[in-house]
Amino acid sequence: MVICSRAIVMSFIPSGLLVVRGLWGRPSMLSLPWAVKRRLVCLASHSVEGQVEGEVYDVIISGGGMVGTAMACSLGFDPNLEGKKILLLEAGGKKTFDSVHQDYGTRVSSINLGSATLLSAVGAWDHILNMRCKPFKRMQVWDACSDALITFDKGNLEDEMGYVVENDVIVAALTKQLDSLKGQVQVRYRSRVVKYTWPPPYHVAERSPWVQVELANGQQLQTKLLIGADGPNSMVRRTAGIRTIQWNYDQSAVVAVLHLSEPTENNVAWQRFLPSGPIAMLPLSDSVSSLVWSTSHQHAEDLLSLDEETFTDAVNSAFWSNEYHSDLIDTAGSVFRSALSLLIPYGSSPRQLPPSVAGIGPQSRATFPLGVGHASEYICHRGALIGDAAHRVHPLAGQGVNLGFGDVVCLTQHLSKAAFDGKDLGSTPHLLEYETDRQRHNLPMMAAIDAMKRLYSTKMAPFVLLRTLGLQATNAISPLKDQIVAFASK
Amino acid sequence: MEAVRVFRTRGMLAQLCHNARCFRLLSTLTAGNKRQKLQDSMTRPRVGFFYKTVMICKAHLNTASSTLDSSEIKKFQALANKWWDQHGEFAALHSMNDLRVPFVRDNLLNLNGGRKSGFPLSGYKILDVGCGGGVLSEPLARLGACITGIDPVEDSIKTAQLHQSFDPFLDKHIHYKACALEDITEEAMETFDGVVASEVVEHVSNVESFIKCCHKILKPEASLFITTINKTKLSYVFGILVAENMLKLLPKGTHEWEKFISPVELERIMESNGFSVKSIKGMLYNPISGLWSWIDSTAINYAIHAVKEKVPPEPDYCRSEDKDQPEDRT
Repeated sequence: MVICSRAIVMSFIPSGLLVVRGLWGRPSMLSLPWAVKRRLVCLASHSVEGQVEGEVYDVIISGGGMVGTAMACSLGFDPNLEGKKILLLEAGGKKTFDSVHQDYGTRVSSINLGSATLLSAVGAWDHILNMRCKPFKRMQVWDACSDALITFDKGNLEDEMGYVVENDVIVAALTKQLDSLKGQVQVRYRSRVVKYTWPPPYHVAERSPWVQVELANGQQLQTKLLIGADGPNSMVRRTAGIRTIQWNYDQSAVVAVLHLSEPTENNVAWQRFLPSGPIAMLPLSDSVSSLVWSTSHQHAEDLLSLDEETFTDAVNSAFWSNEYHSDLIDTAGSVFRSALSLLIPYGSSPRQLPPSVAGIGPQSRATFPLGVGHASEYICHRGALIGDAAHRVHPLAGQGVNLGFGDVVCLTQHLSKAAFDGKDLGSTPHLLEYETDRQRHNLPMMAAIDAMKRLYSTKMAPFVLLRTLGLQATNAISPLKDQIVAFASK
Repeated sequence: MEAVRVFRTRGMLAQLCHNARCFRLLSTLTAGNKRQKLQDSMTRPRVGFFYKTVMICKAHLNTASSTLDSSEIKKFQALANKWWDQHGEFAALHSMNDLRVPFVRDNLLNLNGGRKSGFPLSGYKILDVGCGGGVLSEPLARLGACITGIDPVEDSIKTAQLHQSFDPFLDKHIHYKACALEDITEEAMETFDGVVASEVVEHVSNVESFIKCCHKILKPEASLFITTINKTKLSYVFGILVAENMLKLLPKGTHEWEKFISPVELERIMESNGFSVKSIKGMLYNPISGLWSWIDSTAINYAIHAVKEKVPPEPDYCRSEDKDQPEDRT
């Protein structure tokens, strides 16, 4: 009976999640039973061709970014997968990083404790500590339209909440570890894939049952399992016929390296919700922080064209200005806050002020469009998606790469078990378990991030009042905050 | 709900039906007068969709020589599609791997201590008796074991070989042969570190001689793994009354309840033939989820692990000789 109910849960959860997918406006496949749908998707995407010869790999990972490289390391270090033929394909060149550059990179990630655990499990964390990273012990998030704020920390302010690491440093550290896995994981840099040919989901004896991979140099490879880590415009996902639900936010992110006016402890991650989008300052060192400012495309372009001094002023005023405040909400907020402090005397934490910015790193400004996307399925016959190929989120919660690393941990676990049970690594049952586990985690996270983004995009008084009261209440209830922190650091 | 159950059980029962035929063949082969009995068993009219496919292939095989033309290969391909469709007729057999692969792996590893990472069973020579399309041989080979798969049905062996041929690793680690256990007993004395006979003994007419053959080809202190169906009222109801008479999933007479064997009886036969039984575990198939699980009760399906004793105990040895002698005289 236990088995039975587990299976029912397993087979119904994804359809249950379709309801969530429906939230995002694509309920078109709701009516089909899930298994049938999967079959249709697979059927639609395979082409019947003659057999192509090529070296057979157990696993090919397509895309050597942060998540793809972490996947290769994670599989390479797993004892149960020892002796399997694993290949990482990366279109770009090898990123080595023997001495850190003087200038900080503009693209940074906030690494939560779960991701840090993965990185230390594959031995890359020591390299990161030796290169450059900055722990933060506290997060302060506040509203531009009221005085409401929320802070997250680990109680005593001694434990780290997470780390801010430059993306280049993460890739370089993982690449170093991959080098130590020479015998176990092969890596081919500068190899672009031009074609994936997927096998039919059932066994057809006259043709190879593996995924065929054709490289730009004409080389043919075959693999029992293809892992797509090739980013938001994943070619693996597209050729496998997996649908995605995606839209653009009509927002761009402006990133820059900020120099603070004076050195401080700088161990707080700051984020303020402006009606045009959140602006965040993440610590990189005692006197340097990283800026991630999400705003409208037009505003982003304007910001980019400003001279450095005016840009610095714009950043400071975005963190400090009270132009969106209204008296009514300020009053309501402060009444509510005093009421709360009577009920829960030690609940609320003091407001801290963000450091002021003195200047920006030369040529450190850049902008990129923001969007959200979610693959309706993370797996297909002999294929699995990880990282941004499966889900892309708004940077406001700093979760993007953490969700990807979570995928890596989960997929490694399931593949390791499958290998120990002698299973064909590309067969569907254990891949399905990976999909179920990850969607259960990723979907609520994505929904929360999206809802938060929407809630804070408005200046309308009722919504501002609602979120002001809500944020203050949440801030006062520590067990609830602990839950949020625990969920976000998984 | 009923429809689901029918659909799911069909896979398992079709496999049993297939095995029934294989091992009727196998047992007739042991009984002597091979050619005649083989002909008999093959010309006996039968229905059942899988059985038919096998028969058609068999008929073609008889007319064709050992080199196959392309139409023959098409047939094996059709068959291979059935054997390797994880949701098709053999679904129950595929999902049974979730229990029997760890059962074989863990018992072998516990017995010999130590665990190698990567390929835990590397260095083990295992015989898969009644391997069919290779559903169990392949996962065991992936664990590093060197597998010999035998099955009297040539079509199944061809299917298994075809499937294995796409994977260079499996190609190196599995060797299939279309023959009966008796055919290789003489040449393979004390060769194997393990013998696996999964869903086989319920179709063997003489279990004792089957066990004796297993004993001969095993190295001392090597393991024998058997999974089969118990001889209980419950197995009679589900295996025969429901499947054959009520739901007509199988042609009547596919299963003979008399050939089912209880764990007690099997244990007795094994113990008296130089094996020491290490564990007996019950298995339960859930037709709705399509998954197997271990249970305490051995009332329907069960798995048994036994180890060949170094020197057969004296009294048992004498008794089995006594038993053989009167047969020789008559």
